[in-house]
Amino acid sequence: MRELRVTPIKNGTVIDHIPAGMALKVLKILGITEESSDSTVSVAMRVTSKKSTLKDIVKVEDRELLEKEVDKIALVAPNATINIIQNFNVKQKHKVELPEVAKGILKCGNPNCITNLREPVETEFVVVSKSPVRLRCVYCERDLENIVDAIT
Amino acid sequence: MSMKFEGRDILSIKDFSVKEIMHILKTAKKMVPAAKGERRDESLRGKVLATIFFEPSTRTRLSFESAMSRLGGRAIGMADPEASSLKKGETLADTIKMAESYADVTVLRHHHMGAARLAANFSAKPIINGGDGAGQHPTQTMLDLFTIWTEKGKIEGQKVALVGDLKYGRTAHSLSYALSLFGAKLYFVAPPTLQMPKEVVDDAKVGKVRPKLTGDLNDVIGKVDVLYVTRIQKERFPDPQEYQRVAGLYKVDVGLLEEAKKDLIVMHPLPRVNEIHPSVDGTHHARYFEQAFNGVPVRMALLALILGAVE
Ligand SMILES: Nc1ncnc2c1ncn2[C@@H]1O[C@H](COP(=O)(O)OP(=O)(O)OP(=O)(O)O)[C@@H](O)[C@H]1O
Ligand SMILES: [Mg+2]
Ligand SMILES: [Zn+2]
Repeated sequence: MRELRVTPIKNGTVIDHIPAGMALKVLKILGITEESSDSTVSVAMRVTSKKSTLKDIVKVEDRELLEKEVDKIALVAPNATINIIQNFNVKQKHKVELPEVAKGILKCGNPNCITNLREPVETEFVVVSKSPVRLRCVYCERDLENIVDAIT
Repeated sequence: MSMKFEGRDILSIKDFSVKEIMHILKTAKKMVPAAKGERRDESLRGKVLATIFFEPSTRTRLSFESAMSRLGGRAIGMADPEASSLKKGETLADTIKMAESYADVTVLRHHHMGAARLAANFSAKPIINGGDGAGQHPTQTMLDLFTIWTEKGKIEGQKVALVGDLKYGRTAHSLSYALSLFGAKLYFVAPPTLQMPKEVVDDAKVGKVRPKLTGDLNDVIGKVDVLYVTRIQKERFPDPQEYQRVAGLYKVDVGLLEEAKKDLIVMHPLPRVNEIHPSVDGTHHARYFEQAFNGVPVRMALLALILGAVE
């Protein structure tokens, strides 16, 4: 049975299976909290899922996600699915996947790291462990302590 | 896997396998006569090394300049890059691109971690990390390994105690990683507030043997083959009396060495303040001045390898 707590959308993207409470982080990643954003978005929080655990869902109309956005979502919601809706139907579905390296999507938490100076370089983190997620800065070789807060 | 050194950056000891490090050490051994000026070597004639030191250094800079000269090459440097480029707001990336156009290889020392790796992104010519803040100092690690290897014949199985400020000392961090990679047995001797960070202890488990942690030098002095002493910095202690007390606990003197194995060697990355008493200098245990000299053949080997003068 379909869980349609909010009005169906015609075209857009549904991000499903977000850990309960993390929907706001996803909105932030998508830039929807910015004033300049013009996307129509609906959010369902703490919905009971099929596995009877709680989850969040984010639905964005008339928009597909950028690769970098999907990489960032994977960091806060490692089990999320991205559903592309076309003409009210799920046209495509895929699970987010942690990239091997996270490039240009995180700020290094080490204040002494060279990437925190004004240098023309993207940050780069290697995934040293997938669960729990552990990321190591390629530059200063330190592990990131708070991944969610480090997302840019 | 074949080893290729020509054109390679020297950024972190973690970029090198045991086999590669051994190749560097063996090459360094062949460089010793030329490093002492007993033999002329012109294999880097016409080559230029740029030394860019954003932080003061005596040994590292001098030994790189000496290494380059002993191979017939030249070293050029900025008097004070801090004043000349940073103050004008130049990025490190731009400074490095400039150096790349003046030299065949660049040694960089910088206070920010990862600076050398960043520099390597902007230079087609090799970058050598001459120390990046609390991060890495791979050529120091290699000369430390060279010292143990030449003095002891092998690194595997040696019992090595690292003593002093293990929390902030980058030398101790890289060395403990490398020693465990080689299968040495490690003892970390420090007061609880200055013990090895957890990540470094975890890293040191790459080897077969887990490191042992203790606060008491007397626990290990009779057991170890190498005593690697590092400086305990006064700045780490808000209370000067506490500093005096702690520093006193880790002082190496002739009395302590009476308890040691006959063939124990004492090492120190220098400069020392008072963690090794001068009376130790005359004993057959002292190796820190040889260790400082070893910086020259090891850096000669690295320069010759990455500039393609030797394979
Ligand atoms: N037209 C639509 N408008 C808004 N939401 C939709 C639309 N179609 C599907 N969804 C939502 O997209 C998500 C995926 O839909 P799907 O029909 O594939 O559900 P499912 O079979 O439960 O999928 P899963 O196994 O990934 O949980 C669900 O949260 C569903 O409510
Ligand atoms: Mg479902
Ligand atoms: Zn970093």
